[in-house]
Amino acid sequence: MSNETPSLEDLKEELIAAYPKKVAKKRAVQIVTNDITEDGSVPEIKANTRTAPGIITQRGCCYAGCKGVVLGPTRDIVNLVHGPIGCSFYAWLTRRNQTLPPTPESENFINYMFSTDMQDNEIIFGGEKKLAEAIREVYENFHPRAIGVFSTCPVGLIGDDVHTVSRQMSEELGINIFGFSCEGYKGVSQSAGHHIANNQLFKHVIGRGTEAPEGKFRVNLLGEYNIGGDAFVLEDIFERCGITLCSTFSGNSSIDQFERSHLADLNLVMCHRSINYIAEMIELKYGTPWFKVNFIGPDGSAKALRKIAEYFDDDELRANVERVIAEEMIAVTEARKRFTPRLQGKKAMLFVGGSRAHHYQDLFTQVGMETISAGYEFAHRDDYEGRDVLHSIKVDADSRNIEELTITADPEEYRPEYTDLKKAREEAGMEFSDYKGMMPEMKKGSLIIDDISEHETEILLNKVKPDIFCAGIKEKYGVQKFGIPCKQLHSYDYGGPYAGFSGAVNFFEDIDRMVNASVWKHLKAPWAKGA
Amino acid sequence: MKSTALNKPKAPSYASSCNACRQCTPLGACLAFKGIEGAVPFLHGSQGCATYIRRYLISHFREPIDIASSSFSEDSAIFGGERNFRRGIGNLTQQYHPKIIGVATTCLSETIGDDVPSFLRQIDKDVSETENQPKLIHVSTPSYTGSHIDGFHEATRAVVKTFATRSPVNNRLALFPGMISTEDIRSLKQDIKAFELHGILAPDYSDTMDGPAWESYHRMSPGGTPLSEMTLFGGVKAAIDFTHVVADKQLAGAYLQDTFGVTRHRLPAPIGISATDDWLDLLSSLSGIKIPLSYEEQRGRLIDAIVDGHKYLSKVPVALFGEADHVLGLCSFISSLGLDIQLVATGGKTKGFEEAVHQNMQGDSSPEILNGSDFRDIESAVDRLYPRLLVGNSKGYTLARRKNLPLLRTGFPIHDRFGGQRLLHFGYAGAQRLLDELINTIITHRQSESDVGWTYI
Repeated sequence: MSNETPSLEDLKEELIAAYPKKVAKKRAVQIVTNDITEDGSVPEIKANTRTAPGIITQRGCCYAGCKGVVLGPTRDIVNLVHGPIGCSFYAWLTRRNQTLPPTPESENFINYMFSTDMQDNEIIFGGEKKLAEAIREVYENFHPRAIGVFSTCPVGLIGDDVHTVSRQMSEELGINIFGFSCEGYKGVSQSAGHHIANNQLFKHVIGRGTEAPEGKFRVNLLGEYNIGGDAFVLEDIFERCGITLCSTFSGNSSIDQFERSHLADLNLVMCHRSINYIAEMIELKYGTPWFKVNFIGPDGSAKALRKIAEYFDDDELRANVERVIAEEMIAVTEARKRFTPRLQGKKAMLFVGGSRAHHYQDLFTQVGMETISAGYEFAHRDDYEGRDVLHSIKVDADSRNIEELTITADPEEYRPEYTDLKKAREEAGMEFSDYKGMMPEMKKGSLIIDDISEHETEILLNKVKPDIFCAGIKEKYGVQKFGIPCKQLHSYDYGGPYAGFSGAVNFFEDIDRMVNASVWKHLKAPWAKGA
Repeated sequence: MKSTALNKPKAPSYASSCNACRQCTPLGACLAFKGIEGAVPFLHGSQGCATYIRRYLISHFREPIDIASSSFSEDSAIFGGERNFRRGIGNLTQQYHPKIIGVATTCLSETIGDDVPSFLRQIDKDVSETENQPKLIHVSTPSYTGSHIDGFHEATRAVVKTFATRSPVNNRLALFPGMISTEDIRSLKQDIKAFELHGILAPDYSDTMDGPAWESYHRMSPGGTPLSEMTLFGGVKAAIDFTHVVADKQLAGAYLQDTFGVTRHRLPAPIGISATDDWLDLLSSLSGIKIPLSYEEQRGRLIDAIVDGHKYLSKVPVALFGEADHVLGLCSFISSLGLDIQLVATGGKTKGFEEAVHQNMQGDSSPEILNGSDFRDIESAVDRLYPRLLVGNSKGYTLARRKNLPLLRTGFPIHDRFGGQRLLHFGYAGAQRLLDELINTIITHRQSESDVGWTYI
């Protein structure tokens, strides 16, 4: 395998060659060669636009983003899917979120799937009655504190009103029941579902709590979904630093965390794409500032912890953070020494998620690997180019259909002292509501591809063989047919955790195992080698 | 016919589903299309369905599976999906040059009433013969009716309907085995060969869904029922539908019989001794060739092993769950081994399932039967019936864990064990494997539960 950086720019034409003119034109602006000017700006990339029909995309649907991603990891809200059986079945634990109930008796519905199992009858005569009955059954069977009702494609079409049924049943049963209009055809990808989930959580859950957990430094961690136990690693780090987690959205979370999240002192945003709306809305209504963090990779983790300490401006916290970083870095430094000689110079490609394709690049850099091409599955322009471009993103028909909540400061609960604190920190140079995006951190000349299709993936791999390709389970086995290992960054190949410092060590080990596996030597049978 | 014990408490009945035991109709159709040479499945509806179904099938098969979609927007949901459909077919064709596009509908396009057959007619009219237009096959698969099994059979029948023409009698045997493992497909093909017969097995995803590493790039996974063979369907020597319970109106062999007067046999898939005996008998009579010695030897070893293993299995109370035809095959084999079948459950509501269970019981068990059930029903039955062993797919794992029961994984889906896609269930060899696994599952559990730590057991 060549160690020279191939000319990726030439590839662009090949990637889109097979498409009809119109599709090729559309794809041409979603594939860009990275460039960083002196003032730090990057080229514009088209993102968050609808995938053309007939293109085999990595993307899922609105329902998947709402139910599967944002609400899925919470253990004590029953997620009841209103629709035919498949939608609920396919979202049943498939993201492999982990949760750790405080006691063995505590509620945990993560291992369950619930569906109204819609039949012809409901399609013709309406499914509201069956939905109400299903809610009653769930209540009688499990007595949960809350039930979320998720709409699938037919629900919107037949005109079932999940919100009214939820409200009526909430009155009947005396628990919090709320609906999501997250029909699969809405928006262009799961991203629409994230937004809808954010909105409904904000309307129906956040702000209902009255007591924040005790602690001097209380934070919410937004956009951390506890894949492979990442949340457990971060919880441990926070605890050792003396930082109190008020809530996590939504890895290893519970509804009471969501309810009290408006009482935290600071919001940390991990997955910018899926959860920035909640961070923004909490700030507008309650005054809590937010900034972006990346707890994937030791550098990002250390940077985030130090920034938290600066935000609180507390010497004890600073000392704790430095102590924890120093303790953690021993194993990381040792692992880097061990793995760098084995991985140095290897090339990676990442096509995954709405933040993951960015976050994991730091881990590769740590061991001397280079990311030569990357892109998101469902991100928007700001995730590529940074939030500075937000004002210039045109709202198209697909985005317009997703409700934008109008939030104003709460007359009683808005906390102006946090606005003052933010202002003071800003004056000292600290950045808030910030995300610089993926492209400014990638090398000039790397190829950025938004919403890469199956076909483009195949052409890309056939022309440029990276040493590792990162995507999800749908891509994994196709990529590996090319003799290239594929790391799943949605489920971590059922490994992990990869977050924080100890997670990085796991990651280096796993990448080494994959890249340097002996199986690749056997691809060709010995008797066929001469041929 | 034996009756189920009336004194057993009745299962509660629910409107909703909790931990389903079946998947949706288009999933089965997509898998069936994957077993046809040069075919790409295409879902007319939301792109999320294609993604979920790909994701789900891949977790079992550990192979790439491409499924395209017409990627509905809100506009298409309101004004109809013809424009998206046509663009989708066009885009897919230009990228992959498929020979066939298997179009299955989703609940979205079905609910708005898109008339896909008329879309296809229009495309046929618009496309000149010189253009390299793939053959389009349509199957209606609203996910609010039936299960993945219905989608599978309907899609298979749609493929056969598309290709079969009235043609002179040939020496082929048409095999329609249903949704089975890739190794079971290979085993049927091997059987056919052993009797010097020529088979057309459809759908055949033994290569497309369980293929080798590639030495060079393939635009589409090689394999599938060959197109050249499928034109012979109308004149086959005989057609065989392997099923216990699927209605003739859904079956491809029945279609050939009704339309072309093809001799058709309807028999259970060869799971267990009796079903394999019947299958080999049929092959022997169709070919005029005596059952080969190698099969007799396999059978002999199997019987010998059953005798040896009887002490582990006799009267062990067991619960079976899964897709109807699969579970009925297990019923017949497992009851013949002397286990006490306490529960037989299937997810899709299946006509004639109860009768079929009784017909397949050997020995004197009178199991509780759950038809159209989910794992909430199965768990509550397990609580009443106290089986000591579960046999079924991976979805039974959380139940097995909660009840501390061993689970032998068979059927579909298997995503918490390696190699689930290529488990052999068919023939004497498959029965042998199942027998060994049954016994070893029980032994493993006994060993891990034992305070003593037996080394001989």
